[in-house]
Amino acid sequence: MPLVNGGKIVDDSFVKLAVDTPLPESGDILVPAERFIAEADALLKRPGKVGVIWPNNRDIDELVPYLGKVAAVALVFPTFRDGRAYSQARLLRERYNYRGELRATGQILRDQFVFMLRAGFDSFEVKKQADAEAFMQTAKRYSVFYQPTGDGRITALHRRMQLRHSEGVGT
Amino acid sequence: MYAYDEIDRTLVNERVSEFRDQVKRRLSGELTEDEFKILRLQNGVYLQLHAYMFRVAIPYGTLATNQLRALAHVARKYDRGYGHFTTRQNIQFNWIKLAELPDALADLARVGIHAMQTSGNNMRNVTSDQWAGVAPREIEDPRIWSELIRQHTTLHPEFSFLPRKFKIAITASDHDRAAIKIHDIGLRLVKNEKNETGFEVLVGGGLGRTPFIAKTIKHFVHGRDILSYIEAILRVYNQYGRRDNIYKARIKILVHELGIEKFSREVEEEWQHIRNSSLQIDDEVIEDIRSRFTYPAYEKLPHMPDELRQAAADPDFEAWRKNSVAPHKVQGYSIVTISLKPIGKPPGDATAEQMDALADLADIYSFGEIRVGHEQNLALPHVAKRDLPALWKALDKLGLATPNVNLITDIIACPGLDYCSLANARSIPIAQELSRRFANHELANLIGRLHINISGCINACGHHHVGHIGILGVEKNGEEVYQITIGGRADEGAALGTLIGPGVKFDEVADVIEDVVEAYLALRERPEELFMDTVKRLGVEPFKERVYATR
Repeated sequence: MPLVNGGKIVDDSFVKLAVDTPLPESGDILVPAERFIAEADALLKRPGKVGVIWPNNRDIDELVPYLGKVAAVALVFPTFRDGRAYSQARLLRERYNYRGELRATGQILRDQFVFMLRAGFDSFEVKKQADAEAFMQTAKRYSVFYQPTGDGRITALHRRMQLRHSEGVGT
Repeated sequence: MYAYDEIDRTLVNERVSEFRDQVKRRLSGELTEDEFKILRLQNGVYLQLHAYMFRVAIPYGTLATNQLRALAHVARKYDRGYGHFTTRQNIQFNWIKLAELPDALADLARVGIHAMQTSGNNMRNVTSDQWAGVAPREIEDPRIWSELIRQHTTLHPEFSFLPRKFKIAITASDHDRAAIKIHDIGLRLVKNEKNETGFEVLVGGGLGRTPFIAKTIKHFVHGRDILSYIEAILRVYNQYGRRDNIYKARIKILVHELGIEKFSREVEEEWQHIRNSSLQIDDEVIEDIRSRFTYPAYEKLPHMPDELRQAAADPDFEAWRKNSVAPHKVQGYSIVTISLKPIGKPPGDATAEQMDALADLADIYSFGEIRVGHEQNLALPHVAKRDLPALWKALDKLGLATPNVNLITDIIACPGLDYCSLANARSIPIAQELSRRFANHELANLIGRLHINISGCINACGHHHVGHIGILGVEKNGEEVYQITIGGRADEGAALGTLIGPGVKFDEVADVIEDVVEAYLALRERPEELFMDTVKRLGVEPFKERVYATR
């Protein structure tokens, strides 16, 4: 499954561990939430980055105390129809100021890229090679956004205000 | 009217280009049907019994004449020459080819019409009062707020994959013509003691398998906070709404399972985090939207012009006027409802020719504006009273002057088994038969206001639960059986109807409805007592007796 990060297809430095996979001595690891919570101290002490795979039905508040220590949070879309992780992503970015890698995993297709970028994801485990290759093109599909989110893009409402002021209309 | 600017137009065009690419990928096999399904639904495209069905949004029910002509053009060029207006301020085309859909969308985009989110598990077309902006004694034009919410909910990055569909309706009048209590979120514009504009917010209404009337979650949310409050409700719903069972996924089930108190606490907590964020709307933004709604340059006209006085001698005109013409906030003007329920025809259908001709009439008589209501009728919102006789004659020529608005033949019906792949029973033939049975205007007039709603399956697109008489078609042992409820209503006093007894066969439905109506005429205390009031006073028993005693 190709990984897109920073808009480009990249190698994934993280190795995914299951709940009972023996811990490798070094290297970056992504571990399931329950294992991470149970073994956080040990995992964070070892060399290499630690990321956590957080399911979409587990309260994100539980992860908050660790946000400064994890290098990546992988949120899960079991199917592209299940949009819970969009809310989790926005909470992590906008409420808890999480600045590390925020990865979308599961059934990730090109038709969700814009929504995901706007919700704060910057890393994508894309299901189809062709979708990964089309990432930049798809990400630029829209130039108009109606809602303010933490991605900082100006909304249509505010762009209109700017245009009005710059044209001197109504002043 | 609301004028799209370059920014709105750009978004609609970008959406069309995205969908064109998605259709191309589907046709080449790059997208599976399972993947494509969600994407086409988000663009209003269903796969129905015979063909693709295409549902176009008419946000808050307002159309300009060039937009109505564009709908006529789509009906003519891509479909079979007609369209069907639905209970949700949409129009549907039933026979469209998938490969041609992007072109149809592009043609509509030219006049600022789209099909975004008319289906799918996202926030649907925002609906409102079809008399918005012209109804007397309205708090203010609810379309300003509808448009604000329409923009905010369009391609929302967090809420485009909700547990289920999500519908918001807004009213600003005492008399609720937007049926807000049967929506996921219902908003009623109110003023607080400081004369500030805000909303009473209702949540968790809806029909279908498990019908609920919405409950008030907050009595006053200031206008500046309405987006953050809606966002808080949606965030709670997105996270905690059920996804294990499609029939239990609507917000009404979450509200019911948690209870309104617990649900509102969750929302309140979420809201406190976001209410002072960039979601807060400053007055300048609202004023900007307000400024893009233009209103006609009304003339100073007499309350009772000579033309109207003279036409009153014609009983046919008078029958139509009494029934189709409503008071307007400006003296000398009227709101004219155009019945799309001609006797014996499917409710809500209009031909391309009728749409074009109506657009011409709206240009002449209604400042180029048309409205669409949830009763599947249209309206001309600004007709000078002196023009009423001429307008009536023109409508009559088009077959659009049936004087039955709000009467028993003004039937709301879903497309049913004739078109819909979900339906278990026919709706349209039942509506047609009933409309023939009660075709006599004197009789219909004697009966007075009475709404019949028909659904061909439990999903309740015909809103049968809230019909004064509701008819629900179900399938039993391979046969269509119809359950009859009475006493429902969709207005400010919204209530669910009560079942009067066992289901009846297709052939018996019209007889049973006649029995119910006869019982009402015999039971009412005086001619002014409406059907729904008699039912409220007496309950279902006397009706049940009348219907089932001889069956």
